[in-house]
Amino acid sequence: MAEEILVYAEHQEGRLARPTWEAVAAAQQLAGESGAACVAVIVGDNIGSLAQELAGAGLQEVLTVESPQLARYTPDGYSLALRQVIEKRLPRFVVFSHTYQVRDFAPRLAASLDRGLVGDSLGYRRDGDRTIFVRQVFQGKFSADVEFRGEPPYFVSFQAGAFREDSVQRGRSQAKVTSVEVSISPQAIRTRPQEKFREARQAVDLSQAEIIVAVGRGIRKPENMELAQKLAEVLGAEIGASRPICDSGWLPMDRQIGSSGQTVSPKLYIALGISGAIQHQVGMKGSRTVVAVNKDREAPIFDIATYGIAGDLFEVVPPLIEEIRKAKTG
Amino acid sequence: MKIVVCLKQVPSRDANLKLNRDSTWIEEADIGFEINEPDVYALEEGLRLKEKLGGEVIVCTLGPARAGQAIKEALAKGADRALHLEDSAFENLDAHGTARVLAAAVRRESPDLVLTGLQSDDFGFAQTGVILAEMLDLPHSTIVMEIQAEGGGLRVKRELEGGWFQWIEMPLPAVLTIQSGINKPRYATLKGIMAAKNKPLQKLAAGDLGLDAEALKPRQVISRVYVPQKTAQAEFIEGSPREIAERLVDKLKNEARVI
Repeated sequence: MAEEILVYAEHQEGRLARPTWEAVAAAQQLAGESGAACVAVIVGDNIGSLAQELAGAGLQEVLTVESPQLARYTPDGYSLALRQVIEKRLPRFVVFSHTYQVRDFAPRLAASLDRGLVGDSLGYRRDGDRTIFVRQVFQGKFSADVEFRGEPPYFVSFQAGAFREDSVQRGRSQAKVTSVEVSISPQAIRTRPQEKFREARQAVDLSQAEIIVAVGRGIRKPENMELAQKLAEVLGAEIGASRPICDSGWLPMDRQIGSSGQTVSPKLYIALGISGAIQHQVGMKGSRTVVAVNKDREAPIFDIATYGIAGDLFEVVPPLIEEIRKAKTG
Repeated sequence: MKIVVCLKQVPSRDANLKLNRDSTWIEEADIGFEINEPDVYALEEGLRLKEKLGGEVIVCTLGPARAGQAIKEALAKGADRALHLEDSAFENLDAHGTARVLAAAVRRESPDLVLTGLQSDDFGFAQTGVILAEMLDLPHSTIVMEIQAEGGGLRVKRELEGGWFQWIEMPLPAVLTIQSGINKPRYATLKGIMAAKNKPLQKLAAGDLGLDAEALKPRQVISRVYVPQKTAQAEFIEGSPREIAERLVDKLKNEARVI
């Protein structure tokens, strides 16, 4: 039997989730290099039309796993279903996009098959017969080459943006859609999810802001926020923050920028005392011009900044406020 | 409620990290260590649940001798006793191996609830807690922002992408991975620090847990750690604070044209 690369297709609210296409692109690349078949799997209930949509991509086959037990996502249900598919198909790789849902169940799925998952990978390269996956460690300060040990299947999830939706190859014809039978007893599903909801009404939609001044741990105390506010004022900017600032209650949660908060793409983003951990970068890397101020010249924020200031923000921001005022009125 | 909190030590946030000689990890000599931040929140949550519902909090840490410091801190904050899983066989384990060791220790305790931080500040794997749930054959939820005990079970608020949340009902026993910001962690009091000295601390090695090299063999290895190649680099602006301000505004106005 030809080798298979299995790619997990996530869906939300009746639509294929956008990261699914990135996962398909990754799987197609892995498959193409080794002449393996690329097969997608989608789990749920009444997902026929989603399967058809997937089948338009350059895939050998689309597997559907349908059951009333799988109508709502649960880690138990999805792990059990996919485990049975994998035991039948024995793919070489099982490919995911590193989403909140995948983080919730994929480690469990891999462990149930006594395998490891390389999660949140930035990509891979081949070196002879070795396949080397790259991950960030220490919040982006270093990269690590990671390799699997033991027998396939090998589980890998890729970081958002590691592969591009627009590099998905389309199929010349619709791929075959096959329904896979799985057996899931209701008792096996131990968690009961309720409806999703948003917290307090979002008072501020930072995604529309043209200029943002964002504050991180380097601001040290809530009393120091005033300095950032003054800078924001003179620029006509919105205030945003990295997660720790919101966790501490110095700014409301709807000011949070990052993977668990808002995603922004202003023309100017000024990061004050923000280290640039992955979770934050993901929320602002679409900004046109990024100015970062941080005491640590090695901080990951400087990897994506346009202009960097390795210094003390308390020394730099006051004259900056003055110079901006001059530039705007002069 | 019997609660086990799994926590680990990681290099301090402001430690000056350098690669070790063969680039397989960072150099651990001469840097400070602290409790992994999400684990601090997990411990605090465990302590609050104990205060509300009664029971005990047991801290479980896999690590070398220096991890004793993290355990002391957890006991000082209010944990009742601790398990220090220490063995040369426990060095350089992947998440799978780590979870196997933790599972062996936790199983002996038969807890009602197991809490871990959602990920570590060093590896950033976000898997150990989930793998632990599978190995213990317990239900789990991840990225938990709130826990409510309800009629012999739990209601937990799980964080989703982009500001969405979801409540999940689940039975006990269970495993939860805890998100930062769920609570405001306490400081250890002087009284707590003194009391910690007399709290039971049990050391467990591979033999005590019935684990051998075969059980702990890795499913993945880190072959090399390195400074990432910078594809784009920030243009650093130097000088005195006033000079920096002038130069930056000039660039923002005339080069980037954003003001």
